[in-house]
Amino acid sequence: MDTGPDRLAPLPDRRVLASAQALAVAFGGRTVLSGVDMDIAAGEIVTIIGPNGSGKTTLVKALLGLVPVTEGAAGLAKGTRIGYVPQRFAVDTVLPLSVNRLMTLTARADNRAIATALDRVGVGHLRRADVASLSGGETQRVLLARALLRQPDLLVLDEPVQGVDFAGEAALYALIGELRDEMGLGVLMVSHDLHVVMAATDQVLCLNGHICCAGVPSDVSRHPEFLRLFGRQAAATLAVYRHDHDHDHDLHGEVVSDHDHSHDHSHENSHDHTH
Amino acid sequence: MLDDFLVRALLGGIMVALVAGPLGCFVVWRRMAYFGDTMAHSGLLGVSMGLLLSVQPIIGVAIVVVLAALALFWLERFRWLASDTALGMLAHGSLAVGLVVAATVPGLRIDLMSYLFGDILAIGRTDLIWIGAGGIVALSVLAFIWRDLLAATVQTDLAQAEGVPVARVRLIFALLVALLIAAAMKIVGILLVTALLITPAATARRLSGSPEAMAVWAGAVGCVAVSGGLGLSLWLDSPSGPSIVLAAIVAFLLVLLITTFRAKKAAA
Repeated sequence: MDTGPDRLAPLPDRRVLASAQALAVAFGGRTVLSGVDMDIAAGEIVTIIGPNGSGKTTLVKALLGLVPVTEGAAGLAKGTRIGYVPQRFAVDTVLPLSVNRLMTLTARADNRAIATALDRVGVGHLRRADVASLSGGETQRVLLARALLRQPDLLVLDEPVQGVDFAGEAALYALIGELRDEMGLGVLMVSHDLHVVMAATDQVLCLNGHICCAGVPSDVSRHPEFLRLFGRQAAATLAVYRHDHDHDHDLHGEVVSDHDHSHDHSHENSHDHTH
Repeated sequence: MLDDFLVRALLGGIMVALVAGPLGCFVVWRRMAYFGDTMAHSGLLGVSMGLLLSVQPIIGVAIVVVLAALALFWLERFRWLASDTALGMLAHGSLAVGLVVAATVPGLRIDLMSYLFGDILAIGRTDLIWIGAGGIVALSVLAFIWRDLLAATVQTDLAQAEGVPVARVRLIFALLVALLIAAAMKIVGILLVTALLITPAATARRLSGSPEAMAVWAGAVGCVAVSGGLGLSLWLDSPSGPSIVLAAIVAFLLVLLITTFRAKKAAA
């Protein structure tokens, strides 16, 4: 596997779940992505950031086999089970669909497993609700619960905090980190929101039609390409938010679980060079 | 008992309605009413071709409608062609070809009215066996692909990412609709087939809290419409196809009124 100069050296026991090699994707002759090399392994959280139209969703879709690859290769390792939370999800009111039924959309599950998954994400009380009646934040959480119920190897979240308020956003990222620790999942996220994302991820891919820079968040946030793309102001804000996040652990309390949350995983990568 | 043409008509109509209900739900959910209409329009070409090649019209219809479904499936790949445009061209194009063939081939005489508006009272024993066997196969196939088709209907990308063979189940669904249309043509005719698909499903929406319940209700409402329509046809001596569609529309309006009234009462 080709790893660019900006990437960490792969650990010997990494179980790669999805990868792209020299990937290019073009729609109607317009190149959206080119020269993308990346991979994600079990237990890793990789976040793709970049401006609007930078090809974030396209990269995810290429990895999932939802868009045709123009050059190079992209795809899942054989046998990788996917839990997918797409960027857009709206159920038409012509289709009567409860949260309970949505949970078993692509695979069967027993009642207890459904209840456990919904409770884990803090939306157990919504089980009988109509999907069409949910708020943006509730929909995101229900979709996350649905994806988890599949017991995926790789959780793919395209803009997971859409419609979620700021406190809920931090809690949601914290939850994703916990899930990774508990279940050993790989997590591939897309975000154009820099604030919390950097603190909650192991690896950042900064995308703008190609990979501008990649690596651990603290490195990427000082990378010249990153500063050029997002501006020094944004990068400074980012540092402040990351600092903030170290002190917001009361939000974990929102999440119902019988697991021990006392460990601290959300900023494994926020080392001493933040400021 | 099967000697009675009314019993045969009722049985045939109910069997078609039982399949049309669940299939019609997907037509409604996927907003494919015009798709059904397009395939039905191509049916007349099937009748002409069937007579031209001296096979049973119903077989000609099934083949041409399936071909139309495949053509639509293929045209869907072209993103630059709006799907309603493709449907419109195919619907009227195939109807035009059907009419031209029917009018220009010497010796070909088609009773247009019976194909356009149905002739349920003319259902024979053989028709009944075909409709029954076809119905059982269609419902079994639908049950088999149900979860996948529903997932693809709710969110195509999500379904495909999680391993649902989206293209395959959509193709199977299109073929089922095509076959249903060939069978339903005998009941309500080319111009009214879509009503038999969408009206019971739309009625069922008001009565259901889950996709599965809606499918069952749609089948039930369809049976009521067929029975009521045949009764109406006997009573008024009206044409049977339009009477069945009329009964379906009346059922829809009744359910709409009752459920709206109840909801208002509950809110008050």
